[in-house]
Amino acid sequence: MSEQNVSKPLPDLPTDKSEFWILRLYVAGHAMRSLTAIANLQALCEEHLPDRYHIEVIDVIEDPERASTDQILALPTLIRALPPPVRKIIGDLSNTERVLVGLEIAQHSH
Amino acid sequence: MATDVSVIERLPTGIPGFDHIANGGLPRGRTTLVSGTAGSAKTVFASQFLAAGVQLGEAGVFVTFEESPAALRRNMLGFGWNIAEWEEQGRWAFVDASPQADDELMIMGAYDLSALLARIEHAVRRVGATRVSMDSLGAIFNRLADTRVVRNELFRIVTSLKSMGLTAVITAERTHEYGDIGRYGVEEFVTDDVVILRNLLEEEKRRRTVEILKFRGTSHQKGGFPFTVIPGQGIVVIPLSAIELKQRSSNVRISSGSPELDRMCGGGFFRDSIILVSGATGTGKTLMSTTFMASGALRGERSLLFAFEESRDQLARNAIGWGVDFEQMEQDGLLRVVCNYPEVTGLEDQLISIQDEILRFRPQRVAIDSLSALERVSTIKGFREFVIGLTSFIKHQEMAGLYTSTTPTLLGGTSITEAHISTITDSIILLRYVELFGEMRRGLTVLKMRGSAHDKDIREFSIDGTGMHIGRPFRNISGILSGQFTHVAPSEIERLSALFRDEDNPLLPEG
Repeated sequence: MSEQNVSKPLPDLPTDKSEFWILRLYVAGHAMRSLTAIANLQALCEEHLPDRYHIEVIDVIEDPERASTDQILALPTLIRALPPPVRKIIGDLSNTERVLVGLEIAQHSH
Repeated sequence: MATDVSVIERLPTGIPGFDHIANGGLPRGRTTLVSGTAGSAKTVFASQFLAAGVQLGEAGVFVTFEESPAALRRNMLGFGWNIAEWEEQGRWAFVDASPQADDELMIMGAYDLSALLARIEHAVRRVGATRVSMDSLGAIFNRLADTRVVRNELFRIVTSLKSMGLTAVITAERTHEYGDIGRYGVEEFVTDDVVILRNLLEEEKRRRTVEILKFRGTSHQKGGFPFTVIPGQGIVVIPLSAIELKQRSSNVRISSGSPELDRMCGGGFFRDSIILVSGATGTGKTLMSTTFMASGALRGERSLLFAFEESRDQLARNAIGWGVDFEQMEQDGLLRVVCNYPEVTGLEDQLISIQDEILRFRPQRVAIDSLSALERVSTIKGFREFVIGLTSFIKHQEMAGLYTSTTPTLLGGTSITEAHISTITDSIILLRYVELFGEMRRGLTVLKMRGSAHDKDIREFSIDGTGMHIGRPFRNISGILSGQFTHVAPSEIERLSALFRDEDNPLLPEG
């Protein structure tokens, strides 16, 4: 189990429990869409990655330099910084199923 | 401009010639869409808009959706724009929205482009920009599949740029030279002002034109204007039909180098005039331009010769044969010979380089030998525009220009060159072969001499080791200009002369 296909994990393989997730969410102030994205992401992590995730929320209006570094155009944008490789997801993350696939979070429920 | 009563202020772009066709520049505080097919110099336009601004002391922000900032810095260096240096000086800022190598965007749910807008606003504030370029829209439409969202967001960005008082250029791709303005059919609704760059293939020759399609609520020149992209300069627009016929003309006469020809022209050429010398190969056109320049050198005037048919050495050797020393003239700084093949470059580039040479050497006399050689490399329309541009330029410099033109047939005939430029030249001199009792002779006539009386005879023209000589009129032969000679008996000539006695011409009747 030490070697695992990172880019395309099989759905029935449980995610390595030692993996820690670092997620960056770019938002714009207190816009409705931003708040929705934050709530969606938090709920999703609590359910699927309990105790092994960290979410950093970056307000682009306050820190545009950060947005330049990560080449952000659209808001909200979620970046999976860890585990590698880096993934970028645009949108308010309202479709949980698709976000899980996009982030490659294995689902333990069948 | 006095006739422009609109209240919309202009921002002079600094792009050579463009402000002329834009009646002063782009509408200030608005966004202009610049649309064109692949390779139509959109990125150059967008970059030059900022570069010219920087050179005028205005800072700019470049938003790139396509090429990376590193590639732009490198590519634009060839035009003399040191973007990296301007970035260090805080006069240029990039907003990098170019695709990243491992950047695979997944779209899940609603989004907008407020991060892009925030980054643009931040960059504008950081350098105190007054100009913004965005290049190009197609790339962002491509990456974010939802055209409706992108359109709405662009509208928001344009509105925001306006509220910040910025003048902006946005480029967009089109798939065809004529047809929809942009590929996505929505680009033109984002802005009030549209400029189209074209890269046409006409008769196997590339021709670039720029057209201002609309400036809402204000004036501009209509139609397409040729432009060229030159290393070290960028885009140079040639505002042909916008050229005004306002050059001064003087009554100062200058010598053609031949006292007889001066007499035929009523006292020499006018100083600010264009003289066209037309003739078949070998009739003495190059000799006439050589004599014209040698005559200038005798008076301490500088001459500039553009030769498209012979090399400098050949020209110098020919000149020696007629008693004119080109090398001495060059050493004295009274002559500069510029030789190149017309095929080397397009006519637009040729025009720009001729203008540069003239401005650098500041001659009193310019000769082009031959103009008809340039016909080969262009379409008729392109050639006509070239000649008008060149003639107008020379006349504004207040110098005399002598063009030679080779006729395609040995006897009689006219060339395309003449057909297109005869109305804008001030004087026309025809050199023709004359067949006289089994012998080829040369004939010369002054067909036109604007603003002056002139000799209407067709006179014999001969060439020897001291140059050109003009002799007596051909009296017993007619049909020289058409090449259909008819010999006339002397008694008939006397009878006709008596019928139409020419009061102006004391030389008639002769022997």
